[in-house]
Amino acid sequence: MTLLLPALTARAAEPTVYPISNMFDPLSKPALMIHESSIVVSLICLVIFLLVTGMIAYVVVKFPSKGASDDRQEPPQIYGSSQIELAWTVIPILITVVLILVTTRTIGEIQDKKMPENAVRVTIIGHQWWWEIHYMKPDGKGGWITDFVTANELHIPLSPKDKPRPTALTLESADVIHSYWVPQLNGKTDVIPNHQNHMWFEPWATGTFLGNCAEYCGTQHANMLIRVMVQKPDEFEKWLADQRAAPRTPLDAIALQGRQVFFGNSCVSCHKIAGTVAVGLFGPDLTHLMARTAIGSGVAPIGQASLRDWVRNPAHLKPGVLMPDMQLSEAQVDQVVAYLMTLK
Amino acid sequence: MANGTTTTATDDDDFVITPTRPGEEKGAWSAWIQDLLFTVDHKKLGLMYIGSGLLFFVVAGLMATLIRAQLAFPNSHLIAPDVYNRFFTMHGTAMVFMVGMPIIFGMANYLVPIMIGARDMAFPRLNAFGFWMFFFSGWFLYFSYFAGPGLYNAGSAPDIGWFAYSPLTAKAFSRGHSSDYWTLSLLSSGIGSMATALNIIVTTISLRCKGMTLGRMPLFVWTFLVVAFLVILALPPLSACQIMLILDRYLGAKFFDTQSGGSAVLWQHFFWIFGHPEVYILILPGFAAMNEIVPVFSRKPIFGYPIMVGANVMIAFISLGVWAHHMFTVGMTSLGNSFFAISTMLVAIPTGIKIFNWIGTMYGGKIRFEMPMIFCIAFLFQFLIAGLTGVMLSVAPFDWQLSDSYFVVAHFHYVLIGGLLYTIFASIYYWYPKAFGRMMSHKIGLWHFWLFTIGFHLTFGPQHIAGFLGMPRRIYTYEAGRGWEIWNLMSSIGVIFQLAGVLLFVWNLIYSYRKGKIAGDDPWDAWTLEWATTSPPPDYNFEKIPEVRSRRPLWDLKHPDDPDWKYE
Repeated sequence: MTLLLPALTARAAEPTVYPISNMFDPLSKPALMIHESSIVVSLICLVIFLLVTGMIAYVVVKFPSKGASDDRQEPPQIYGSSQIELAWTVIPILITVVLILVTTRTIGEIQDKKMPENAVRVTIIGHQWWWEIHYMKPDGKGGWITDFVTANELHIPLSPKDKPRPTALTLESADVIHSYWVPQLNGKTDVIPNHQNHMWFEPWATGTFLGNCAEYCGTQHANMLIRVMVQKPDEFEKWLADQRAAPRTPLDAIALQGRQVFFGNSCVSCHKIAGTVAVGLFGPDLTHLMARTAIGSGVAPIGQASLRDWVRNPAHLKPGVLMPDMQLSEAQVDQVVAYLMTLK
Repeated sequence: MANGTTTTATDDDDFVITPTRPGEEKGAWSAWIQDLLFTVDHKKLGLMYIGSGLLFFVVAGLMATLIRAQLAFPNSHLIAPDVYNRFFTMHGTAMVFMVGMPIIFGMANYLVPIMIGARDMAFPRLNAFGFWMFFFSGWFLYFSYFAGPGLYNAGSAPDIGWFAYSPLTAKAFSRGHSSDYWTLSLLSSGIGSMATALNIIVTTISLRCKGMTLGRMPLFVWTFLVVAFLVILALPPLSACQIMLILDRYLGAKFFDTQSGGSAVLWQHFFWIFGHPEVYILILPGFAAMNEIVPVFSRKPIFGYPIMVGANVMIAFISLGVWAHHMFTVGMTSLGNSFFAISTMLVAIPTGIKIFNWIGTMYGGKIRFEMPMIFCIAFLFQFLIAGLTGVMLSVAPFDWQLSDSYFVVAHFHYVLIGGLLYTIFASIYYWYPKAFGRMMSHKIGLWHFWLFTIGFHLTFGPQHIAGFLGMPRRIYTYEAGRGWEIWNLMSSIGVIFQLAGVLLFVWNLIYSYRKGKIAGDDPWDAWTLEWATTSPPPDYNFEKIPEVRSRRPLWDLKHPDDPDWKYE
């Protein structure tokens, strides 16, 4: 079955989005290492399955009673056999030893990997139901401090096999337990409050990879989606520079009104826009909102229509979302959306 | 004969006068209800356990049907997210605590005393107490739908998942009383379970009939003895963390309060120290039934009795040291992950021995394909799959991918349905004639078997693949285009077959009660003591307490020229 799976996800040569997050189609080093031990264990299990199923089928076909007349004569009563029982104890033990060696080696290789100097450092903070993403820079004292903040969509550089450049993630949570899972890049790691976790990616294909929050975290667990954009080094550097800069799109009249509505309401208590008085931390950072591809942590593609829908009543797209309906008039909704559309 | 009294002649010259109070006339509804309420008879309590377990099975199964209806198509709006989350929480909690546990306790209650030649459990009143604690907790859990909102008017039934990871259960994230209903319900059902487990241990240790040494005890009883010890060891951590959660929620304790330095991972340790042995508490009774049914329908004694006992004890022992394989993704050290991966793989060894020994029992026999045996053969095949997917999950790196995906959902449904439920069906077909004196219909049984088996594999087989393709569990909806649609649709179609199968099973239970063929004392030509008494057995089980000389006392009776005790 595992051998057939890659065929299920046949794809164009260089896709921009990998819609099928097949764990047997790994495109990053840790995912490949997991994949290799998975194939070993899956094949062993497949062989055992076929053998034992064969044994079951054999006894079922070979030893049925031949009807009532046959029943009167009981078959020979066998109580057991030490040799046979020893055999089917020892053989499984040997198989187990093989599995143990494969497993412990892979655990160590993935978990205890030292991150090189050139690794991209990112801290991801899980929230009900979105991801806060901090890109880190050295603080000059051996530690790391936040360079800039974004949300939901993680951009990471391509890591060529000859010149690897891993991305090291630190995972934290602001509320309940979440789990960060992008099957083609790595296994999942839980995102736990008051408990730091780590994971890493080393992708060798560019494109957008999909994933989900994998630990049940409340009403909108299903729409806590993950998008990871793997970019060529120069594109990645450009993205970094854009994110660090303040948005510079000039505002037209309606966007200016929208800004007034935005700052006149409590939007600012939850959202941050760099370079303004909006410094809220509860909701996603909106500084470069329009540089993302989706809103609501992946619930809808970004665009005027979906933004309008969201601003008018967030619970329409994402029932149970913690952002309240701000009770704006239709005109105000248009204005706010026009303002948000300038945050590029 | 005066009004209100009946006179019973027990001896020619000795009359006992039994007063009859109004409402106690034989055959009256009130008498029947009084009997159910006040009985301490192990057989009645056993059937009450199984009956109420099946009732909750139907309720929780219908919730699963609605879950599958919602997931049949992507972006479905059939069920709101909060309603869906309550469904899977209640489905999981009820299936484990209100279906699995009571049905296995019902089997133990009914069969353990009869199989060891006793007249009742050691503590009949404690037995009734255990049942009523469970029964109360079950309704209490479901009552949360009405009373959960409480004065806050927030929430309804619990929506925290069946393992209720903190801090999702903290006041801040779970307002109202829904989590309290969950907590208190499990706390009280836990008390009942421990009472029953204690009772099973004392009964097997001290009430065995003459000649029944531990080495001659039916494997069914042996397995339940192990299960009872597991319950005694595993339930207290669960009760402890429930109490800690109540303290957190109402008295300002900070065990799991991460904002105040508490630990969210602590809950997981407590829960799974209970939770993993719980899996074996649920599946070992399946093994117990296999151990009785496979030999009888293969016409051979169980292959390797001593090693089967040893394997049971080993499984139970190892199962106490594997809990953190549910937590490979929480960020334990590589040493911790390796330890729990290794201990988990070790479980495969005794489990493998058991599967091989059942096949060894069938080998060279004369297999009769009666309904109990058919379910047992399906069990072998399905539990093999469940066991092997379990081995895949034990490989920690593989688990980093598979954990909390639909692969896990498929895995444990293969364990609990393909494993436990199939042996429960087998047991009911096997012992129904003993309990009610009539055979269950073979024809309806075959329809039940095939419809349910097709439905079961159609529902849970494709979920393995959905998991491989990255579908996480517990999502109320999913976007189109991720390759999950077809597997989910197949899964949902399977439910229709399963429902039809269960419907036929219920019909078979009712139909055979009235119209089934009269069974007689020993319809299967079996060998353990329950078949030595009438069907149904009298209140006192045996007129004269039997005396045994081997593991198969009825074989010895039927084959005086070739008795078992010569060879043991």
